[in-house]
Amino acid sequence: MKYIITLSLLFSTIVFSQENSSKSENVTFTVQGVCSMCKARIETGVIRIKGVKYANWDVLSNKISLIYNSKKIKIDDIHKKISLLGHSTEKYEAPEEIYNSLPECCRYKTNQPH
Amino acid sequence: MKKIILLSFLFFLFSFSVTYSQNFVKGIIYYENSSGRKVPLSGVSVFWENTSLGTLSDDSGNYKLTISDSSKRLLFKYLGFRDQIIQFNNQSSINITMIEEENVLDEVVVNKKQKTIQKSYFKTQNITNVSSEELLKAACCNISESFETNPSIDVNYSNAITGTKQVKMLGLESPYLSITEENIPMIRGASQIYGLSFIPGTWVESMQITKGSGSVVNGFESISGQINVELRKPYSDSPFYLNVYSNNMGRNEVNLHSNKIINDKLSTGVYLHANKNNNKVDSNNDGFLDNPLSSATNLFNRWQYINPTKGTVGFFGYRFMNDKKEIGEINDNKLPLRKPWKGEIHTKRFDSSFKYGYVNPKIPYQSLGFQMAFSNHDQKSFFGERNLDLNQKSFYSSLIYNSIIGSTLNKIKVGFNIAYDDYNEYFDRIFNENFINSSRIDKSFGSFFEYSYDSLDKISLVAGIRYDFHNNLGNFLTPRLHLRYQPFEKSVLRLSVGTGRKASNVISENQNIFATGRKLFFPNENELYYGLKPEKAVNYGFSFRQGFYINNREGDITIDYYVTDFDNQVVVDWETQGQVSFYNLEGKSYAKSLQIDLEYQFSDNFLMKSTYKNFNVKKQYKSGLLQNPLTPKSRFFTNLETSTNLNDKGAQWKFDLTYNWIGKQRLPFHELSIKKNGYSPTYSLLHAQITKVFSEKFEIYLGGENIGSYKQDKPILGDPFGTDFDTSIVYAPIHGSLFYLGLRLNI
Repeated sequence: MKYIITLSLLFSTIVFSQENSSKSENVTFTVQGVCSMCKARIETGVIRIKGVKYANWDVLSNKISLIYNSKKIKIDDIHKKISLLGHSTEKYEAPEEIYNSLPECCRYKTNQPH
Repeated sequence: MKKIILLSFLFFLFSFSVTYSQNFVKGIIYYENSSGRKVPLSGVSVFWENTSLGTLSDDSGNYKLTISDSSKRLLFKYLGFRDQIIQFNNQSSINITMIEEENVLDEVVVNKKQKTIQKSYFKTQNITNVSSEELLKAACCNISESFETNPSIDVNYSNAITGTKQVKMLGLESPYLSITEENIPMIRGASQIYGLSFIPGTWVESMQITKGSGSVVNGFESISGQINVELRKPYSDSPFYLNVYSNNMGRNEVNLHSNKIINDKLSTGVYLHANKNNNKVDSNNDGFLDNPLSSATNLFNRWQYINPTKGTVGFFGYRFMNDKKEIGEINDNKLPLRKPWKGEIHTKRFDSSFKYGYVNPKIPYQSLGFQMAFSNHDQKSFFGERNLDLNQKSFYSSLIYNSIIGSTLNKIKVGFNIAYDDYNEYFDRIFNENFINSSRIDKSFGSFFEYSYDSLDKISLVAGIRYDFHNNLGNFLTPRLHLRYQPFEKSVLRLSVGTGRKASNVISENQNIFATGRKLFFPNENELYYGLKPEKAVNYGFSFRQGFYINNREGDITIDYYVTDFDNQVVVDWETQGQVSFYNLEGKSYAKSLQIDLEYQFSDNFLMKSTYKNFNVKKQYKSGLLQNPLTPKSRFFTNLETSTNLNDKGAQWKFDLTYNWIGKQRLPFHELSIKKNGYSPTYSLLHAQITKVFSEKFEIYLGGENIGSYKQDKPILGDPFGTDFDTSIVYAPIHGSLFYLGLRLNI
């Protein structure tokens, strides 16, 4: 009996995650930022958006790699929500007042990558 | 013949490094500080112009970047410094000094040296990372000795004649720790006492020390903590490394590493360690060698496969170890009319392991890991008239699958482990009589599930559960829980609770019995585990860390309090002279440990670490509830580390000083003991080391251990062939001060 519980637990988790990833979409686009603090800001902000499963942003290329569930959120909404974090994307410019509240080192309009 | 083999081997190693193929560029990035010195600069962006192929320099200013096919111009960028472009002409290394842009920013450039012992604010579990640089502080020679400069782990002498050191954590001996090598259980069963000394320090890339019950992934055996050792990887390690060490007690050690990158996927490394001690030293004039005469060789070959496009990584390795120690009385001493007491411990070990990992390149949060290991440990030994032979054949395999639930804020690990151990023990209960020949097979299969949640700011947790089927221990559940709460950036509170259990390998864990005249008593020597029940405990505790700034310098204070409470334990009772009894616990047994650490960076080049520890480790013996013998109630530790600034060539001086104060320890009764009150005196130990770094490739080190030359009076008691013979009541060093000299070559 206990064998069955253990094995079914193991099996169901694997199946569960496989099934889940079938609805997943991979996208890559540009998000403005300059430093490792930006990286933490962007990734933390993005992963908390409902429907986003994975986020990784690269300082040098300014590219974000995302995996999201297309049934739960539209890609346009993700762009919009990122811009509201203060970081402009290919589709949406960050609102001026939010950009101005960024920490000094994240001001990508004036700073070089560092 | 042996020499020819060795020479050809050396030749092989050298030819390896010469033909070493180059497919990356590396170097160090500096800047000139206000006093005109070159200081490594971390966080500099290095990338090939017009590509996204790039990296950042690390805390020592080092960078390593794969050569680009499309670009020949290397760009260095850092805020507040001028961009620099270097034309790449297949140089293997490019060092560069960044020049500050004047008046662009009046920002202060924070240059921080990476600490060699790192505690994280963000990890859920109480894990300390120990880097290979920290291991250099205790230059000699293997991991059992490397903990001398680490406040979380105590190093004790296991007896007066084998020169072996044993580690303790949270007041409990190493059998209660799970010691893994790259997450494969390594030091257990027959290798418990000498196992740590069989891993040369230079092979180690880093170590992770977890206090408390730890993760369920690697098994159910860890009770007070886990130590994981990561070995050097052929792909990332330097092509050639040589370490030579020699001390005034006649111990000589050589370490030789060679790594070769065969193509962009495959690399291999050969690691050789050898030591020899021919000097007969008896500094306390008791007629016995202070340290054994020894010779050992240790050879390790490892292969690494990486395929980034497919997301696979694999390791295969095998190694051989042969270690021989001769112990006992020195012949030329004026002995009474009897033969000298002598002994020998001869260990041979073979290990092999295979690991394979797969990360889905499209779905990076899904990964699969598989590992498999086989080992054969064989020890043949005699101590005077007593014999001890141990053999253990082990097989271990595990499969682990990582994924997420919803998003990467919720991660899961599932998988299973299989363990198979075949033990054979042959020993005598007392001088040449009552031989016991016992063998047993332990088999287990377990599956685990671990869930972790990280809010990415204040809260994270790891909850794990495993269920195991064991042929001798039965079927049981092992739950473990870790919580982290970080209300402010520099304050973090961690809580953990979990259970663990293990079968006690009483003979291999208590080998120091055999160099005594004590007779062994078991509940029933014909039964499984000699009639001793499996040990079972719950461990819980908390850790609070508060960082602070004084004078713009960083420091922190950490308070750890952990309790291990045994439901069942094998009591090893040394209280009666002439005997050792093993019995099942009837009553209480606990280990309460309090540790307070204070760390402060006085200046860029001066770091201080101080620790106070208090251990309340008691168990119910037949004679009463007593503090464990040879376990000091309090200890104090300080380490100071300082260095000069790096000059143009990368040269500097490094200084390291460690002070240990060891409180009084309860001693088991012995009529010949000169400590009539039953307690050891308190004492202090001082270790120091000076390293002259000539360049990043070459350095020389000089050091001293136990500089004050504190020695235990009369560590060996009784007539070597009588029942009152005892070498196990050891509370302090046997030998006096020790000085060593060595060099490291790293190409």
